[in-house]
Amino acid sequence: MKFAVITFPGSNCDQDIFQVTNSVYNIETDMLWHNTKQDLSKYDCIFLPGGFSYGDYLRSGAIARFAPMMGEVVNYAEAGGLVVGICNGFQILLEAGLLAGAMKVNNSLKFICKTVELEIVNAETPFTNQTKKAEILRIPVAHQEGNYFIDKKGLAELKKNNQIVLRYKDEIENPNGSIDNIAGITNKAGNVFGLMPHPERAAEEILGNVDGKKIFDSIINFLQSRGGKIGA
Amino acid sequence: MKWKTKIEIKLKESILDPQGQAVEDGLQSLGYQNVSKLSIGKYLELEIETEQGKDAVAEQVTEMCERLLANPVIEEYSFDISEVG
Amino acid sequence: MAHNQETVWEKEGLTAEEYQMIVARLGRKPNYTELGMFGVMWSEHCSYKNSKLILKKFPTEGKRVLQGPGENAGIIDIGDNQAISFKIESHNHPSAIEPYQGAATGVGGIIRDIFTMGARPIASLNSLRFGNLNNNHVKYLFKEVVAGIAGYGNSIGIPTVGGEVNFAAAYQGNPLVNAMSVGLMEHDDIATGTASGKGNPVMVVGAATGRDGIQGASFASDELTDESAEDRPAVQVGDPFMEKLLLEASLELIKSGVLVGIQDMGAAGLISSSSEMAGRGGAGIEMEMSKVPCREEGMTPYEMLLSESQERMLVVPRKGKEKLVEKIFAKYGLHAAVIGKVTADGMIRVLHDGEIIAEVPAKALADDAPVYQRDSSRPAYLTEIEKLDINKLIEANPAAKNYNQVLLKLLASANIASKKWVYEQYDQQVQNNTLVLPGSDAAVLRIKGKNKGLALTTDCNGRYCYLNPKVGGRIAVAEAARNIVCSGGEPLAITDGLNFGNPMDPEVFWQFEEAAQGISEACLELETPVTGGNVSFYNESPDGAIYPTPIIGMVGLIRDLQDVTTHDFKDAGDQIILLGETKEELGGTEYLKEILGEEKGSIPEINLKYEKRVQQTCLTAIRKGFVKSAHDCSEGGLAVALAESTFRKELGIKINLPDSDISKVAELFGETQSRIIITTEKENLDNIQNIACKNEIAMTVLGTVIPEKLFIIDGLIKLDLEEMKKQWQNAIPAEMES
Repeated sequence: MKFAVITFPGSNCDQDIFQVTNSVYNIETDMLWHNTKQDLSKYDCIFLPGGFSYGDYLRSGAIARFAPMMGEVVNYAEAGGLVVGICNGFQILLEAGLLAGAMKVNNSLKFICKTVELEIVNAETPFTNQTKKAEILRIPVAHQEGNYFIDKKGLAELKKNNQIVLRYKDEIENPNGSIDNIAGITNKAGNVFGLMPHPERAAEEILGNVDGKKIFDSIINFLQSRGGKIGA
Repeated sequence: MKWKTKIEIKLKESILDPQGQAVEDGLQSLGYQNVSKLSIGKYLELEIETEQGKDAVAEQVTEMCERLLANPVIEEYSFDISEVG
Repeated sequence: MAHNQETVWEKEGLTAEEYQMIVARLGRKPNYTELGMFGVMWSEHCSYKNSKLILKKFPTEGKRVLQGPGENAGIIDIGDNQAISFKIESHNHPSAIEPYQGAATGVGGIIRDIFTMGARPIASLNSLRFGNLNNNHVKYLFKEVVAGIAGYGNSIGIPTVGGEVNFAAAYQGNPLVNAMSVGLMEHDDIATGTASGKGNPVMVVGAATGRDGIQGASFASDELTDESAEDRPAVQVGDPFMEKLLLEASLELIKSGVLVGIQDMGAAGLISSSSEMAGRGGAGIEMEMSKVPCREEGMTPYEMLLSESQERMLVVPRKGKEKLVEKIFAKYGLHAAVIGKVTADGMIRVLHDGEIIAEVPAKALADDAPVYQRDSSRPAYLTEIEKLDINKLIEANPAAKNYNQVLLKLLASANIASKKWVYEQYDQQVQNNTLVLPGSDAAVLRIKGKNKGLALTTDCNGRYCYLNPKVGGRIAVAEAARNIVCSGGEPLAITDGLNFGNPMDPEVFWQFEEAAQGISEACLELETPVTGGNVSFYNESPDGAIYPTPIIGMVGLIRDLQDVTTHDFKDAGDQIILLGETKEELGGTEYLKEILGEEKGSIPEINLKYEKRVQQTCLTAIRKGFVKSAHDCSEGGLAVALAESTFRKELGIKINLPDSDISKVAELFGETQSRIIITTEKENLDNIQNIACKNEIAMTVLGTVIPEKLFIIDGLIKLDLEEMKKQWQNAIPAEMES
């Protein structure tokens, strides 16, 4: 099994994902610089990390989506490969059109960093198959633009196709004002996952929280059950 | 020829604008009770050099707005083009 | 020269005597550009001319010190071929004028100091002071400063793991923003700000140069006046995105091994970085201003020399390695331009289009600034504030003995209330090392790949220092060390951010001398040498000087991650113990301020030898695995320290205070030093008693952690824990969101 993390100028959680996939899970993980162009098909999962790609200038994720590597990510996703965008990575996936909707600034207008309670809405995805529906995970968030928005029609689509994977448990736990308390969604095909919380910050006992491991466990379980290859 | 382009980008009217709301509240607390519908957007200025005319410039600016400068899911844009020589 | 010299040197912040010294050193009159160079380099901010004689007295050596004061930042050894670089720096005046950018660039500047030493920054801390929070302008400053720290730190991806915020009227017109950065490195990667090797190229890397912040260093060395707001152009704007790229490129460059020296272009920009680098290397630098990449058109050489545009570095690689430097920076989309070369003649020679426009010995700029022993005299106010009969005050005020109400009021006071509103805006976790988040005694980080960690804290009680600067200085160090120990760490070394008023005022200078003396004594006794820091004078507003505020940033080593300890009570049934003893000490306390409205009296005494023994007791007990929680007993006294320990797990307490001669008020709210509250399981009581005996310190079993959400101290206090927590948690958000 082999993973890759794409680093954009201004990404700052790239090493954190690497630490988890490589040191905790012992999975070979390549760090790929944004401006190279290379075929990604040898990887089993691609991560777009958190941070402030291109300073989040203009809009978060807006410039990163035009990085040469993003074209490869789009091809990879269209071929059925697993793509996970965490925080800024989620914002990039939205800007790139791989996921539906858009991100606005938090209702509080402030950056917020804290651990929130998340409810598993769909436990049948490659990213949540080691959880149970309605299970509560406690995972940190850290963002200023995580206020997910989608229009009524789009929201109905998401619901109809079970694309909502994670919700903040309730309005009180919702740190940003996102519509329908949405914290994470997939694309219609179910192979591209964007989420605001940082599971890589909750994947080691020493850090006091391992709820995030369930996301990584799920991805690995999914890949193993498919013989470790994508597009099967 | 050089064309100066002024672009305004703001949240669509139907989209909640917490930043605008906060500033509006701030103005009202300063006593400007008659202020309403405050929204905050972005203003961009740029120059385009081309042999083509204004229509072609407008076409290019529209394309740039659609592709990068605005996010059509939540934002709308308008622009103004003038010749600078 | 056509200029009227009198106005010219005053404009550069120099005195007539200093001007004459410059003439003597050059053997001629300086030209306009040269005078500007001296003006910034001889400012207090760059030269420490008013503080140098005092700073020399600090203990700066120790077996772990790899780099003491004098470089961009200090470095200490933490074993395994690893080292920590750390430093604190003030950005007070810029933050008073433009709080968001002032705070942001303060964070950016100190981070650059750390990575220029070759260390990867792994944590930021800060120490903030504002006027009383019920004022709208104070709220604005507080909100924007916090947003600025968050904006920069979060974006660059360095966790802000700790700090302190304090409010007092003395900071009304002159807030303090001190930022500390901590970096981790291998011994082999230590870089220095040295220029040497005749013919080696001198390069500017990072952002382009603009007109921002010209004469910011001189600005930092002036008092704030009502006109200061018009000085706004002097404040620089930070670009954390650029700095993130600069950080990665610089560390890659240092790793490449082609480097002779590297230095941040901070205060006084190109002129200070070039003269300091040349001064350290005993060399000279010749540079051509037309080669400096500029952001604005038509900049004069004078402006380029003094510009404080952020996110720039001056780099000296070995000759022939220019292309490699360019390649490394190009990967990150950054410029690297050769602007000159190292010479052997010790001169800073500035050319513009081939013509020499300034030629000054580097040492005259960087090392030979005048050094002053300023007059000092004991402030008159001290005689006045000592006349305070606290008992009489308490007897005259019925509310002063309503202990339930007093505790609730203290918990809701801005200085004691939860600072969650602040630290939730900081990314505390990025880089995945933070084991203890803000809110406990010290922040704790792991060192990846090792079973060890760091404990980090900043501390200072400005009111103590105002009432007694020497003892206040001792306490600042002692309390920082106590915080480290309570977290399971061994105190290693400090950096100091010395914030004072105008040093030309003898009373202010006396405060400075006394505080420095107190810090020195405590550092010697607690074996925590000073590895660097920053002096910020002229912190005054039309209302007068700030409280003397020598902020201590301390680094401790946790040698085994098993030792990591937090302040919160863990399980019902655990025994609550007080290490140390309580005395009748109410002067200068939060109780006195919040309940009786006085900031007066004799502050708590401190016996540094006893302090050390209390800390040793606590650390030994932690290392033997006997301690389940540990909390420093400080502002607000025993009652507040106990309350803070109950909130996280919402476990109550039942306390029986031992019989004693001291008053109940002092027992509950007095701020006697050298006290630590720990909890333990019953069977370990004797073990802890033995350690305390061996160290010859007092130990008292105060009571028990209980499962009910009740806070009971004898017949004195009985409160519902949820009510207490609500007061404590909501105070600052309620003030800020109203």
